[in-house]
Amino acid sequence: MATEFEEMGAVPSFTVTLFVRRYNPEDGQEARWQDFDVQVHGTDRVLDALHKIKWEMDGSLTFRRSCAHGVCGSDAMRINGRNRLACKTLIKDLDITQPIYVEPIKGLEVEKDLVVDMNPFYQAYRDIKPFLIASDKPEKERLQSAAEHSKFEDTTKCILCAACTTSCPVFWTDGQYFGPAAIVNAHRFIFDSRDEAAEVRIDILNDKEGVWRCRTTFNCTEACPRGIEVTKAIAEVKQAILRGKP
Amino acid sequence: MPTKPAGTLYRGKVGMWSWVLHRITGVAIFFFLLVHVLDTSLVRLSPEAYNAVVSTYKTPLVGLGELGLVAAILYHALNGVRVILIDFWRKGVKYQNVMFWVVVVVALIAFAGFAPRHLIHVFHLG
Repeated sequence: MATEFEEMGAVPSFTVTLFVRRYNPEDGQEARWQDFDVQVHGTDRVLDALHKIKWEMDGSLTFRRSCAHGVCGSDAMRINGRNRLACKTLIKDLDITQPIYVEPIKGLEVEKDLVVDMNPFYQAYRDIKPFLIASDKPEKERLQSAAEHSKFEDTTKCILCAACTTSCPVFWTDGQYFGPAAIVNAHRFIFDSRDEAAEVRIDILNDKEGVWRCRTTFNCTEACPRGIEVTKAIAEVKQAILRGKP
Repeated sequence: MPTKPAGTLYRGKVGMWSWVLHRITGVAIFFFLLVHVLDTSLVRLSPEAYNAVVSTYKTPLVGLGELGLVAAILYHALNGVRVILIDFWRKGVKYQNVMFWVVVVVALIAFAGFAPRHLIHVFHLG
């Protein structure tokens, strides 16, 4: 197969070394690094390399992925020290002269290899009431101007991958902190003109473990695979709290 | 694998490292204030004890420590203004990176004004 590609002169292939953080709760050992030399193509993503390891080298490697195309948000992991979606990270964009380090996202309990317990993350999401709260019955669509929509358009893009929340130094040390993702999703409804419960969400986030724990490190903004300006959204919620309304 | 670190350090950018430095300088300033409150309160206990303690501060080592204290306060104060602007100025988030370098440059200029005069006093060169 390799020669076929070479004949076509299409996609160059090369070998990269991946150091993957392994942890098996059943073998009684601590988490450890395991290295794999993987033959990859110039178009491959980190997820393709992980697939190759799982399918051809070591079937016990455990990680999450569903759509594999940057939509579902299942495969957030720490790649070379930064939170990324494995399916959106091209290997050729990394420094391939060095090994690629892949480890689970930080601040949530590791269940196995790259799989973490997402429940605390989802709980924070539930706590901010991520749904439309309106008193009238929807007999027709709720109209909204483009200007009104633009206030929260950025925060509708969230796919709940947890890359932002687990890049936050505050969240690493204080798991009670709502975290960037929950605040982003609160922002999405607080600034929605059709929603009537902004004050409720503002009250929830005006808490010791709410927006005031944000230390503006901008790790979340840098980590977001959807390009959401997370720190900006958090700052807007802080300002809304001071005003007492959106 | 003992040769490998127990998980990599998160590779944050200016935002994260400015916060780390803010925290370190903040804790350092806190411990200075703690000592400062203690030694000042000695004056109520006995002026002789106060004089004895304060005279031990007039050494080059403490002098260099004061230099570090001023550097820490300069950074912490200016970066504190940056953090306030990020939170409450509409364009603060957009310019956070630029503002960090403004903080560094202003702190360096102020420090450059202070350090020579202070060192002359510490080493009795004046």
